[in-house]
Amino acid sequence: MENYLIAMAVSAGIYALMALGVNVMWGFAGMVNLGLVGFFAVGAYVSALATTKLGWSMAAGMLSAAMLAAAVGVVVSLVTVRLRGDYLAIVTLGFAETIRIVASNAIWLTNGTDGISGIPGPYRGALSPEAFNLLYLGIVAVIVGIAYGVAERLRASPFGRVLRAIRDDEQVAAVAGKHVALFKIKAFAMGSAALGLAGALYAHYTSYIAPDIFVPLFTLYIKLALLAGGLGNNRGAILGAVAVVFLLESSRFVIPLMPGVTPVQGAALRELLVSVLLLVMLRYKPSGLIPEKLVHLPVPPGAGRHQPTA
Amino acid sequence: MASLAEVPQLVVNGVMAGTILAVPAIGLTAIYAVLRFPNFALASHATIGAFAGYVANVKLGLPILPSVVVAFLAAGAVGVATDEVVLKRFRPAGYITTAIASIALTIALENVVRFSFGNELRGYDLPVVRDLRLGTIRVGPQQLQNLAIAGVAMAALFGFLAFTRTGKAMRAVADNPMLASIKGINADVIGRIVNFVGMGLAGFGGMLIGLDTTIDPLTGFRAILSVFAAAVVGGLGSIPGAVLGALTVGIGEELCLLFLSPDYRSAIGFVAILLVLTLRPRGILGQPAY
Repeated sequence: MENYLIAMAVSAGIYALMALGVNVMWGFAGMVNLGLVGFFAVGAYVSALATTKLGWSMAAGMLSAAMLAAAVGVVVSLVTVRLRGDYLAIVTLGFAETIRIVASNAIWLTNGTDGISGIPGPYRGALSPEAFNLLYLGIVAVIVGIAYGVAERLRASPFGRVLRAIRDDEQVAAVAGKHVALFKIKAFAMGSAALGLAGALYAHYTSYIAPDIFVPLFTLYIKLALLAGGLGNNRGAILGAVAVVFLLESSRFVIPLMPGVTPVQGAALRELLVSVLLLVMLRYKPSGLIPEKLVHLPVPPGAGRHQPTA
Repeated sequence: MASLAEVPQLVVNGVMAGTILAVPAIGLTAIYAVLRFPNFALASHATIGAFAGYVANVKLGLPILPSVVVAFLAAGAVGVATDEVVLKRFRPAGYITTAIASIALTIALENVVRFSFGNELRGYDLPVVRDLRLGTIRVGPQQLQNLAIAGVAMAALFGFLAFTRTGKAMRAVADNPMLASIKGINADVIGRIVNFVGMGLAGFGGMLIGLDTTIDPLTGFRAILSVFAAAVVGGLGSIPGAVLGALTVGIGEELCLLFLSPDYRSAIGFVAILLVLTLRPRGILGQPAY
């Protein structure tokens, strides 16, 4: 039981890292990534291939996973940065599908739908499964802690302020002399790096990856985590990730108890639950459990006197 | 991989695939033109149409033609209902929020289909017929029938848009919603009509795609990349553009078989999206994408 809880905590940590990354893109800069699972997949495959085929160390694999995912993020955002925001949504969704198609068919590289197994984990052979889980939880916790620190620093920095300005009104940010496109590309690359790193962490934890893990539903999990916790808010991202993992796992226990529901129907019910919850959150509580705190500077006396009456 | 001698065959295949692809692509682009957001729920409506047609064809024993009409009507009705109950409420929050809601909606609906029908592959009740041969080119009679059905549907749609009052009102709202409302056109009603027609076409297209192979709850989602590619290549919001875009993507996907294995076919759509957005974001016939 403890082992199961530790495994869940590791998942929650990986989800939290993804939610923090997506928060930088979506929460800070207002850029919608509907294919974030594709960046996660890139990270997982890069680190898995680097360690199993090239014999790199896990640290090098994870680093290259984050860097390659960031590079992909630059390309994807570069193509759409000057277009209406919905083009980014279309391109990211298409990207995730394309990654899945390539991963399923490039058998020489990814072993196709059979997936890659035997991905190394830190001291996996030397430790008992319990000790390995605990060690991995420590590693994930440290990485999430660092990511949280970086994201918080980012939020409070002038850079974060510009991103929020872009999110709220791109034109105003441009008029204030900010290079909007550059800021957006940087934000998207940073978020993608976190997603890629999370993918690598996932691959080294489970030791096995296959294309059918990287389904669009995964994107909804992270979106739901971020929405539940509070968009634009780093503490909320972590809280939301924990809440989503708890929800997914508890539904795993509850649904089989329902009479006359086949396993396929149970899985369908779970996915239905997640998507409906996302719709409800998005509609009724878009600010989440912990709403983003915005600092409003006091208005200097006399300002706004000349506002035209509408 | 295909050899150069097969180019005519590939082009013929591409035109047929493109014509079928044009049907859901028109639906997508019409909804985009009037309601101004990329409706990813198109995927599940294509699946719903495919399954409605399956019920009509296999369970009720109807021939293909009436079954295709059932697919259109069922997907259209579900499209109006889900928009009324779900997506409409998101529109005031902006097009990005609505797009996210539409992808959650598509996964929800897909799972309703999965809950009811399960994951297994299903096929339509089709007579087995021999391919027709024209010189070296082979064509399946079923594909020809699909081509004809898609062609007739598109002709009907163009007639509807060009000659009926409702069609003209739809174009007016797409062109300038403010001016249309001053002229007394009810945008709500137009929104419902465009959802019915657009999602109906998605369901229709879902069934046409399924006629060539098999259907399962993911039928629509697998096609969505090509459908979006067709709409983006043609120019989001332009209906003639969607037809041209679909033919371009259809033929492009086939011709790429000259140097790519068929497994990567759907990835071509993504490459097409990237190329068009880089070189000419408005697509072949669309309006500026800024």
